[in-house]
Amino acid sequence: MSTDWIGSHRPRIDAFAKAAGKSRYIHDLKLPGMLYGKIKFSQYPHARIKQIDTSRAEKLSGVKAVLTAFNTPEIKIGFIQDNWVLKKDKVRQYRDEVAAVAAIDPDIAAEALELIHVEYEELPGLFSPAEALASGAPLIHETDPRGRPKNDNLLDLPWRFEHGDVHRAREESTFWVEDHFSTKATTHTCMGTAGCLAEFDLQNNLTIHCKTQIPYLAQKDFHQALTKMGLKGKNVRVQIPELGGSFGSGLDTHSYEFLAILLAHASGRPVKIVMNREEEFACLSPRQPTETIIAQGCDREGKLTFREIRMTLDNGAYTSWGATTPSVMMLPISSLYRVPNISYATQIVYTNNTYAQAMRGYGNPQATWALESNLDQLAEKASMDPYELRLRNRNHPHETTPMGLKITSCGFQECLEQVSEKLEWSAKRGSDRKKFRGVGMAALFHTGGGARVYRSDASGVILKIDDFGHVHVLTGGVEMGQGFVASLQLVTAQALGVSPENVHIIFGDTATCPWDVGTHASRGLFTAGNAVLLAAAKARDKIFQLAALHFASRVAANIKKKRKAGESVSDPECRTSYDPQDFELKNNEIFLREAPDDPLLRVSLEEILRQAHFREQGQMVVSEAFYDPENEMSDMKTGKGNISTAYIFGVHGLEVEVDTETGQVHILNYVAAHDVGRVISRQTLEGQFYGGIVQGLSYALCEEIKTSKGKMLNPNFLDYKIFSAADLDFPIHLECIETNDQAGPFGAKGVGEPGLVPVAPAVANAVYDAVGVRIKELPITPEKIRAGLKGD
Amino acid sequence: MRKNITFTLNGDRVSLEVASNTMLLELLRDHLSLTGTKEGCGHGECGACTVLVDGRNINSCLYPAFEVEGKEVITIEGLMGPQNELHTLQKSFAENGAVQCGFCTPGMILSAKALLEDNPKPDADAIRQGLAGNLCRCTGYVQILDAVQKAAQDFGIED
Ligand code: FES
Ligand code: FES
Repeated sequence: MSTDWIGSHRPRIDAFAKAAGKSRYIHDLKLPGMLYGKIKFSQYPHARIKQIDTSRAEKLSGVKAVLTAFNTPEIKIGFIQDNWVLKKDKVRQYRDEVAAVAAIDPDIAAEALELIHVEYEELPGLFSPAEALASGAPLIHETDPRGRPKNDNLLDLPWRFEHGDVHRAREESTFWVEDHFSTKATTHTCMGTAGCLAEFDLQNNLTIHCKTQIPYLAQKDFHQALTKMGLKGKNVRVQIPELGGSFGSGLDTHSYEFLAILLAHASGRPVKIVMNREEEFACLSPRQPTETIIAQGCDREGKLTFREIRMTLDNGAYTSWGATTPSVMMLPISSLYRVPNISYATQIVYTNNTYAQAMRGYGNPQATWALESNLDQLAEKASMDPYELRLRNRNHPHETTPMGLKITSCGFQECLEQVSEKLEWSAKRGSDRKKFRGVGMAALFHTGGGARVYRSDASGVILKIDDFGHVHVLTGGVEMGQGFVASLQLVTAQALGVSPENVHIIFGDTATCPWDVGTHASRGLFTAGNAVLLAAAKARDKIFQLAALHFASRVAANIKKKRKAGESVSDPECRTSYDPQDFELKNNEIFLREAPDDPLLRVSLEEILRQAHFREQGQMVVSEAFYDPENEMSDMKTGKGNISTAYIFGVHGLEVEVDTETGQVHILNYVAAHDVGRVISRQTLEGQFYGGIVQGLSYALCEEIKTSKGKMLNPNFLDYKIFSAADLDFPIHLECIETNDQAGPFGAKGVGEPGLVPVAPAVANAVYDAVGVRIKELPITPEKIRAGLKGD
Repeated sequence: MRKNITFTLNGDRVSLEVASNTMLLELLRDHLSLTGTKEGCGHGECGACTVLVDGRNINSCLYPAFEVEGKEVITIEGLMGPQNELHTLQKSFAENGAVQCGFCTPGMILSAKALLEDNPKPDADAIRQGLAGNLCRCTGYVQILDAVQKAAQDFGIED
């Protein structure tokens, strides 16, 4: 039996139950007496609420609770607490919650919503940052969260980063290009829609089953709500069912979760709220739309000289954690390639659009879209091959970037070379290239070793071993489809010396699992994996101490037996004292390292555990670890700080053919090379990249939330197109470069988000190479290409 | 209006009363507790609710429960053997990395089964077309297409 689990092709353990249809998602949970909650959303994008009449809804048979801001405590939510669970004075977006009901079945709940009458006084709406920043624009929030009057629609979060002297560098640059790039709101479209189920016990302790990536931070938010409800000090237990995808949508707590809590408390019964697809599209938060003005320059030799970026983000009506995405955009902006002079400033603007939140890549895709598109423009201006320009300015191992990021392992060069080679870059750009065909590439830089976006970047694990040699690892991390469980299982098996079948990963319950700051920033395996290494080392120490006792008594018994039988006993056979350090644990068996074949000095893990438990003054093997990586929070003022312990690099390239009649982009070949540190679970890793790339292609080529005056026009999969299997008529070639990062568990770095990050600019660069049309606004649609071909 | 219907569900004869506006998805999930069939949209756009009716893959969210009268319905639960042995396709999905969050998986597998029954040796294009109605947000489809190809090649298809 192989004992090397790292990098194995072993199937994901959770895949079997899922393929059998046995996994339980929030949609599948049903409790006795459970009610169905439903939310009434605003009918206007911006309006004053004059009154809400719920009397008819309350009288409807089967309705058990009807809530508005007028009969519930005020509960504020969001990163800066500028949002309310139920709106009282004003609505600021179409998906604002004005009332909620709980009823014995979903149809009655829907009927009750129809019976609620809300009287509004419509206010002028602002649907773009430009409108919201125009002088004389009405205020979306009259006061800031602390109650101080506001006089504009800007969020008080002016992210900035300055390094060197951009002004001078621009003047001294031989070549520079400035342009404008933008991205639209797009949404997660998890196949399993959002939902939760809240219930109180008779002591008013809360259990909430919800779709979250931050169970412990959510726990804190729910505690605050309970305090507002007069239930201060009660217990909150967050349980996570199987998640049908998440992609960042679970990084905040959401109004619907608090509404389920309020309804459950008001009705005294469990209440479940599940979004239908239309609500999921229109009433959950998308990725931030951005407008970016960017300039980059280089010297005669093609060395980058400066980068200047001014970015405007459409925040929508309220503020989620997503408003901190500029802190992550700063990573590629400051540190993708060696750039000596950098200036970056953002403004985040309130509008009456739906409020935005985190999504896979956390701002990085929007930043990389501008950076890598503009870099190709610069290459053209400098008459350089874009590949050469990238190679010349690539990052190197063991260097510190202007942001203070300490790059350790760095496979950037190999990634570039692999993509160039596999794509046959020079040949495809050569003189006998085919008409309307082109190649493009783009690179990515992201956190790969945790990310200190909160004060803590820690993961806790508890590892316990039972009488039968089975190991349970309790983790605060969250499986949402990405393969966290499968990867952690292999890390545990390898670190401990047991087979993966004997390792069980338990997650998703704040009552039993230890604290973790959250599963985001591609940090899950990196931080929990490191915690497992620490806990496994402690467990092994204990096991070896128990084994030393065991072998001593076993050898003593053996000597006794032999002597009794009149056999002679040799000197080495008489050794009864062992140093725990001399043992090894592999394949669920403990043995003496220097005598691996001696059956007397070999014992199974389960036997050791059984003995430990059943002995007088027995012991158990339970170890814990709380791993907090050695990284730092970036300074709010300067933006500087080494926020991750390792960084991930990657390069994507593709060949396209553009149909000049229709404007259709046909992908012929896609190559993606990533520095992953080390492969842990091969299938999981590849799945993250394939999934990220295809999500990225969807983002690049088709996804867009279309709105008219703040109302979503395409809240369905027919009009909001994502890639289907039919679109996958080209090969995707993956290259995983192993740089064995010093800080990663077995050398691994985080890989959850990167696959998506550079896709859009790579496609745009390929389209430009094919037909000379530079698309500057996502998505890259046939209409835009046709317009570009016509010279519009 | 309510009506009695009788049909075969995963090999068993089922007889019950349903309302005229009940869709097959609701019947399976809410009345019969077969929650392996998923609802991703409720409007025939995502394929998460795919089941087989007389061997054909249909979106159960749009399929009136009335219409299964006298027909044979297979859900993901019905693919497994009596001792929970996974069907070739289920195994192939699980073993080839075709499952991430798993929400699309039951529907995807049933569409694949309908495809392979119709065309036991599909080429890559036929597989892509056969699964075009089943959206997956996690996998990027590559390992799904591979799993279906392998199920077709390596094992042949069983009932
Ligand atoms: S739920 Fe039936 S097609 Fe989406
Ligand atoms: S595995 Fe998540 S939607 Fe397909």
